[in-house]
Amino acid sequence: MSTSLATFGARKLGAALVTLLLALTAAFALGHLSGDPVYNILGPLAEREQIDAMRADLGLDKPIAEQYVAYLGDTVRGELGDSLQYFRSNAELISSRLPQSLQLLAAAMLLAVLIGVPLGTLAAVKEGTWWDRAASTVALLGQSVPVFWLGLMLILIFAVQLRLLPSGQSGGLDHLILPAITLSLLPLAHIARLTRASMAEVLAEPYIDAARARGLSSRRIVGLHALRNAALPVLTVTALQTGVLLSGAVAVEYVYSWPGLGTLALEAVQFRDYTLAQAVVIVGAVAFVVLNLLVDLLYVVVDPRLR
Amino acid sequence: MSATDSTATELAAVTPAIAPSPATARRIRRSRAVLWLSLPLALIALIVIVVPFLGILPDPHRQNLSETLLPPFFLDGGSMSHPLGTDKLGRDLLSRLVEGGRLTLLIGLVGTVVAIVPGTLIGLLAGYRRGWADTVVSRFVEAQLALPFVLIALAIIANRGSSLGVLIVVLALTGWAPCARVVRAETMALRERQFVLGLRAAGASSARIVLRHVLPNLTGVIVVLATLQVGTAILIESALSFLNLGIQPPDISWGQILASGREVLTQAWWISTFAGIAITVVVLLVNLLGDALLSHYDPKKRKF
Repeated sequence: MSTSLATFGARKLGAALVTLLLALTAAFALGHLSGDPVYNILGPLAEREQIDAMRADLGLDKPIAEQYVAYLGDTVRGELGDSLQYFRSNAELISSRLPQSLQLLAAAMLLAVLIGVPLGTLAAVKEGTWWDRAASTVALLGQSVPVFWLGLMLILIFAVQLRLLPSGQSGGLDHLILPAITLSLLPLAHIARLTRASMAEVLAEPYIDAARARGLSSRRIVGLHALRNAALPVLTVTALQTGVLLSGAVAVEYVYSWPGLGTLALEAVQFRDYTLAQAVVIVGAVAFVVLNLLVDLLYVVVDPRLR
Repeated sequence: MSATDSTATELAAVTPAIAPSPATARRIRRSRAVLWLSLPLALIALIVIVVPFLGILPDPHRQNLSETLLPPFFLDGGSMSHPLGTDKLGRDLLSRLVEGGRLTLLIGLVGTVVAIVPGTLIGLLAGYRRGWADTVVSRFVEAQLALPFVLIALAIIANRGSSLGVLIVVLALTGWAPCARVVRAETMALRERQFVLGLRAAGASSARIVLRHVLPNLTGVIVVLATLQVGTAILIESALSFLNLGIQPPDISWGQILASGREVLTQAWWISTFAGIAITVVVLLVNLLGDALLSHYDPKKRKF
């Protein structure tokens, strides 16, 4: 049993590493094959020597294959280069902004799960009723509203009109409320949809009928037996949603002037600071791959059938 | 809803002897849903294409600094000469929304084609060939899904700057993978079916089987994927334009109008609000249409 688990883990790890390598390669290719970064930074009026000096400085005068190998080596060692704009190491810049982003992501994910799972469960249990329709409307709206627009509207209502909450910047817990709600909407909608589908399937299983026949209370059946079995697909989607969340986070951080990785990436792009932008992309990709690997492994722990 | 319900009742009342079975009635209702959701979308498309040529709206680019930030007609100070108000340069918001809708919808459509066509072909290849082709494609799909669209956009735009072309490239790079994944799975299921095995035994070439026999069986799936992709493309366009990474002035898109409204949010809430409503309404209609198409083609897969 334990050997098969180890094999499974090794296979998943291998796949994750290949995925990561491809993602890193894509980040490199997108940065290097889409035009000369130095020319873009210095502009059309730069002197030939200036351009050459900067190219040599950044290692861009070497053959592309050599640059690629050097890039992979640096990345593996955790060296993400220096920012062209702040003259500081990218790793330092990123780690100074990372906690704020993680705080926002965690709060949003927590909200999405705490609201999305009960909402989907309710819709499945009361299938075809008014509850079901209300939940499905919320889910559909959540998938159709641009998050950054929702952010602006929440600022208008709660910060400008009602003056209940701050409109931006990080600070106490009250600063977190609006950004977290905004960011949670899309994953909440996905999670609610999937919980409903997964739950409806489980509730149709014979063992649920058997539990009912044995006189178990509805609450016990749904809460204990059904939810546990419906949880697996929900877990996967929750992990996948983190990728979507990273995209949403950039826009939400921008709306609320939240000093996280997203705003850092936007500053990088504004100043054509391609090393910093690349470093943020790498960190985002690594986070996503690691998280999905963890979920894959957790999956096996939760569901022994997969071993 | 009530219109389709009453038609179904009418049908049942007129022909009691051969009343449609509940399943058939449901099918009819679903087809009606597709029609009823397509109509408003077609109407919006017609408005943004035709209205600018009719000359009934002011020029969306004409500035008038004596009429800046006018409110919409239903507020004090608003008038019907600018029904939805004006922006900070005194340009008419309604005509900007109509003009911007054209580019937004166009990007939605083009962004869908550039994602669905390669996605479908790659998915067909992986699902039918299996083996190493499948392995390679699957890894690429996962790698692509590991890079959120904003990160891809950032990586390109940090170098290239933003333009319409870059936006389309971003939409293609981010949209093909989910499509390839679904098409691959469906192709793998189809390839073991009797009719494909029969064709193979009869000596038909792989290309012929895939393009003439497998692909037509995937029409429903691809139509659903394409429909949902229109909504995704519009949301990505608006998000990138909002972050100043997408459509740049003087070009107008809904996301760009929304972004320009952010600077004057507290003085003129209507600019961002109306642009956001336009995006939400179109994306919601598209998503509803996608769901209706899904249950039209495959009732078992209906999720909500």
